[in-house]
Amino acid sequence: MRKILSMAVGLSVGLAAGLGLMGGAQAAEKLKAAWVYVGPVGDFGYSYQHDQGRKAVEKAFGDKVETTFVENVQEGPDAERVIEQLARAGNKLIFTTSFGFMEPTLKVAKRNPSVLFEHATGYKRAKNVATYNAKFHEGRYIIGQIAAKMSKSGTVGYIASFPIPEVIAGINSFMLGAQSVNPNMKVKIVWVNSWFDPAKEADAAKALIDQGADIIAQHTDSPAAMQAAEQRGVKAFGQSSDMINFGPHAQLTAIVDDWAPYYIDRVKLTLDGKWTSTDTWDGLKEGVVHMAPYTNMPDDVKTMAETTEAAIKSGALHPFKGPIYKQDGTLMVKEGEVMSDKDILSLNWYVKGIDDKVPGQ
Amino acid sequence: MHDLTILSAVLASVVAAATPLLIAALGELVAERAGTLNLGVEGMMIIGAAVGYATAYGSGSLVLGALAGILAGTALSLVFAGLAVWLAANQVASGLATTILGLGLAGLIGAPFVGTKLTAVPQLNIPGLTDLPVIGEVLFGQDAFAYLSILLLILVWIGLGRTRLGLVVRAVGESHSAAHALGHPVRRIRTLAVMFGGACAGLAGAQLSLAYTPFWASDMTAGRGWIALALVVFSAWRPLWLLAGAYLFGAVSILQLHVQGFGLGIPSQLLSALPYLATISALVVISALKKGHGAPASLGVPFVPDR
Repeated sequence: MRKILSMAVGLSVGLAAGLGLMGGAQAAEKLKAAWVYVGPVGDFGYSYQHDQGRKAVEKAFGDKVETTFVENVQEGPDAERVIEQLARAGNKLIFTTSFGFMEPTLKVAKRNPSVLFEHATGYKRAKNVATYNAKFHEGRYIIGQIAAKMSKSGTVGYIASFPIPEVIAGINSFMLGAQSVNPNMKVKIVWVNSWFDPAKEADAAKALIDQGADIIAQHTDSPAAMQAAEQRGVKAFGQSSDMINFGPHAQLTAIVDDWAPYYIDRVKLTLDGKWTSTDTWDGLKEGVVHMAPYTNMPDDVKTMAETTEAAIKSGALHPFKGPIYKQDGTLMVKEGEVMSDKDILSLNWYVKGIDDKVPGQ
Repeated sequence: MHDLTILSAVLASVVAAATPLLIAALGELVAERAGTLNLGVEGMMIIGAAVGYATAYGSGSLVLGALAGILAGTALSLVFAGLAVWLAANQVASGLATTILGLGLAGLIGAPFVGTKLTAVPQLNIPGLTDLPVIGEVLFGQDAFAYLSILLLILVWIGLGRTRLGLVVRAVGESHSAAHALGHPVRRIRTLAVMFGGACAGLAGAQLSLAYTPFWASDMTAGRGWIALALVVFSAWRPLWLLAGAYLFGAVSILQLHVQGFGLGIPSQLLSALPYLATISALVVISALKKGHGAPASLGVPFVPDR
């Protein structure tokens, strides 16, 4: 009995000391910020780019912030545990970077009202939960145009991950761009049903090339497809990161995620005490999405791409500008109108000119 | 003629896709025939991929890379052997721990190499033969790993079935007590079998990071170790069936990509599940047909010598 009692006393003393320590850290007014990633930081794709953003925050604020991250967090209950732990460890600003972290983030946020949360790619907000996303489809319009100019066979191969609105919007935007140059462009779509499986992505690229595609676009996370394109002597577009290293002769450009400006902005607002729950959906203009250098293409194609990029940035061109027809010919967006953000975020149909079905429909 | 080119390309891709599965599964088959169920294949594969890549990148030698991958897989298999064979810990738990350890360690080792690339292991073309229509590229245009996997298959097939050593390995797997009573060093033999499994898994991992997709990315094995494990069961622990299983799986996973590319409108979710469905169906047929070719009797049972 005595033993148990002394153990309990010891434990509570230890706990108190621990709490004291945490309080001390807070008193130093160093902002503790944390990131939660769905994949490994070593994927050279989506999570890697988020982590580059975190590193940029460390560089920009130096001693004023202390950052941590947890990688490979499963979407679902496991995420809730991880986020809760980060909140209890004294982090005051927590970024959860995948769609599936939405509900866990909201739950933890409710229990920790003094902690600020930022959830990427979701749509539910709260007083202390902001959301942010990037308009990757803007970049896809540009690469669609480039593909249509560069393709000799008139057929592009597209490696897709999961049939969710973001990916379908990407395919549509790509095809609208391609059709603006060549109305008869064809696209072959292969779903690998994975965000990250390098060998399968490479297999998909090879299958598409074997079937006559001479340009490869991808919405998966590894540079495997780029490497396969380089080996087979066809052109390709990089995804998330600049993949020129993997395809020095193959890469035309890459749609690069750059979260650094957003993260730096949000950390600054938190430090200044001006953080509010906002919904941010930035694109090329704000620099969250940017294009890797246009390479391996003639000057006229490069000029066209740069002109389009500038037009999207200035707002003169919207990728989802009417008229837009559904596959069966139904007019979905009228001439002179643009698709609303809400509709883009919930796209589940293909535009006219895609000879395939959305999987599961 | 165009159709023939596609066919040839498809077949060549199938061989490449089946090779890592075959190599890793052959190793696991030997370990399981000796009575140890090592669920650490995924971990041993990924560590082989990471160390193999790091070595090849640093030294510039793909051969050294492959050897380093083998060594790394073997080293990690010793962790499993230590726990499961020598400390007689639960094999399932030890194997899972090995996989988790491997994934973590590999991420750490590979971190400095993210975003770098290698020149792929070259195809070993045989002048004249490689240019044969259809079968030329399939049979004579593969990289060294593919030929090695077939050599390994023959080695395991003859080794297990036709040699004294193979007989002892199988005896240990069927009844460790009887083998022990006959004076065979059960734990030493199991350790060697587990090490062979580790070496094969490491080599399979190196195939991924040196030949298949010559770069390093965390978790790049993407579950292939688990598929290799399943294939061992599918094969009813027999090397030739394993060959069939690995190639069936490889073929269906490549073909479903081609079917999608043709835009036939079959849901991709169903197509992605096909390799698994095909393999499970084959497993069911085999287990219905086979007589007396079940799992090794002592599989997964820890052995503690009573004296």
